[in-house]
Amino acid sequence: MHTSQIIVELTVLVLAIFVGFEVISKVPTMLHTPLMSGTNAIHGIVLVGAIVVAGLPHQSTWIRIVALAAVALGTMNVVGGFVVTDRMLGMFRRRAPVRDSGPVKGVRGNREVSPTNPEVPDEPE
Amino acid sequence: MSRSDAIGLAYLVTIIAFILALRFLSSPTTAPLGNRIGALGMAIAIGATFAQAGLHNYWSILIVMLVSAPIGAYAARAVKMTAMPQMVALFNGVGGGAAALVALSDFHQVAPEPGRIKADVGISIMLSALIGSVSFAGSLVAFGKLQELISGRPIVYPGQKLVNGALLTALLVLAIVVLAGQQRQTLVIALLCGALLFGVLFVLPIGGADMPVVISLLNAFTGLAAAATGFVLHNNVLIVSGMLVGASGTLLTMLMGRAMNRSLANVLFGAFGQVVAGTAGAAAGVDGASVRSATAEDVAVMLAYAKKVVVVPGYGLAVAQAQHDVRTLADLLEQRGVEVMLAYAKKVVVVPGYGLAVAQAQHDVRTLADLLEQRGVEVTYAIHPVAGRMPGHMNVLLAEANVPYPQLKEMDEANPEFPRTDVALVIGANDVVNPDARSNAGSPIYGMPILNVDESKQVVVLKRSMNPGFAGIDNPLFLNPRTVMLFGDAKDSVEKLIGSVKNV
Repeated sequence: MHTSQIIVELTVLVLAIFVGFEVISKVPTMLHTPLMSGTNAIHGIVLVGAIVVAGLPHQSTWIRIVALAAVALGTMNVVGGFVVTDRMLGMFRRRAPVRDSGPVKGVRGNREVSPTNPEVPDEPE
Repeated sequence: MSRSDAIGLAYLVTIIAFILALRFLSSPTTAPLGNRIGALGMAIAIGATFAQAGLHNYWSILIVMLVSAPIGAYAARAVKMTAMPQMVALFNGVGGGAAALVALSDFHQVAPEPGRIKADVGISIMLSALIGSVSFAGSLVAFGKLQELISGRPIVYPGQKLVNGALLTALLVLAIVVLAGQQRQTLVIALLCGALLFGVLFVLPIGGADMPVVISLLNAFTGLAAAATGFVLHNNVLIVSGMLVGASGTLLTMLMGRAMNRSLANVLFGAFGQVVAGTAGAAAGVDGASVRSATAEDVAVMLAYAKKVVVVPGYGLAVAQAQHDVRTLADLLEQRGVEVMLAYAKKVVVVPGYGLAVAQAQHDVRTLADLLEQRGVEVTYAIHPVAGRMPGHMNVLLAEANVPYPQLKEMDEANPEFPRTDVALVIGANDVVNPDARSNAGSPIYGMPILNVDESKQVVVLKRSMNPGFAGIDNPLFLNPRTVMLFGDAKDSVEKLIGSVKNV
């Protein structure tokens, strides 16, 4: 028996739905925005479709323009999406050393040294 | 291994990368890595696509990509942190537009011979065209609302739902007609135009305050459109990635709705914030109550002598870019009170850790101990889950200003603290502190969890004017006898406060 392509594709689709629900089921509110932005970048994968279509032979001029426009839009989605997400997350990243009590060199005397440990109840000023 | 198998394997690597990216994006510590893994996966997929046999027009494709990539990167870099939501909307719309255009050109490939389109491919083309166009147009409207190019207020007219429903039905009928054999390009283009119109009409009646939820939903739509494109091209990476976004985006949309205690249907069709102006104010029973306005000096005195101050940031803070000044003010308040608040100092236990040893901070600890003994005002930040125009907006802004993490309190943590708070300093927040959500069943935001700032001994509201907030709802908090208003741009007001506090 040979399973037809559409059945295989539907199976893949359904599995992807469950994975999609599963991977983000417990995301903190704080990260809703970056996560939205990150998934926004991922659906830029439509660029792959645009490249395939734009790369088909024997196109009339206007349809080639349409396909190339799709490539342009897809590229902006991908590049812009990942860069915006990275910028957003950069805001969080800078806090990490302070929070994780790692060695914080070079900022002595500054507030950054403060909670060397999350258990410290009050922050030294 | 054939070339197509190798490409298929590369796509599989991309799929794994995307799943890991989503997984990692769900935790603050791993999120930056997750985003980079996602970008790497994308690069692999694009590279593999170029390696595909029989691909024509290499150069024109490459040139278009090389031209548009810097545009996307520049837009993403140039945008201010406060305008991030709009930018996400814009990139989302662009992706939806790409999916629609792919569908259009793909239809063209098979159109010259009617009847050649197989049902599965045909349905996928129609879906991709429809959803992609709706997402494109809807995202542009969302962008316009957030950028305040068009009114953030819901735009409603009688029979609106009927018109939208009729248009959607007409579009579906048109799609079926095309599938049934009328495979004409003019019909497909008509379908695209109709879907664009529907996207506009669909988002117009939704209030600006709900835009984050709408963008999240349209984000899921674009994912679905990409997945549909995958069925057209028989491409697994498109199916899986598109559907991952479709599914996770749907869940994210519901989570956001839950944070506001509203159903998705209510967000989409409730025309939130449309009727309110009259009802909310009247229902609150505020006849004769007046607004108490204060000068920066008054507020400075109040803040300087308070024992505990809670800052409630909102969109006004973001607009005025006042986060750095707020931070400076908080520092000042914390430093102040050294002489005034000595009497209030309670027992402080210092627990030194590894970081202290590494930093050789023992001398500072001595100074610190002295300071702590004299410390007066304790400043924390109460963050409502939907403060600002995106969940997490405030966290991002305050993190940018280096506000220490432990000072950021989430709503559940912050609310029990208000009754023993001397001053709640509300900076450009409105709906998230609106007591109507608790008490006025007629209010559109009734039931939404809020920050109970009105339980504080004093409330200071920094606001530009008495205009209702983004959701367009009156706020009885401003008329509360315990509330004083400090009118003006949040940044100016906070700067003035800093000056006055120094002189107290």
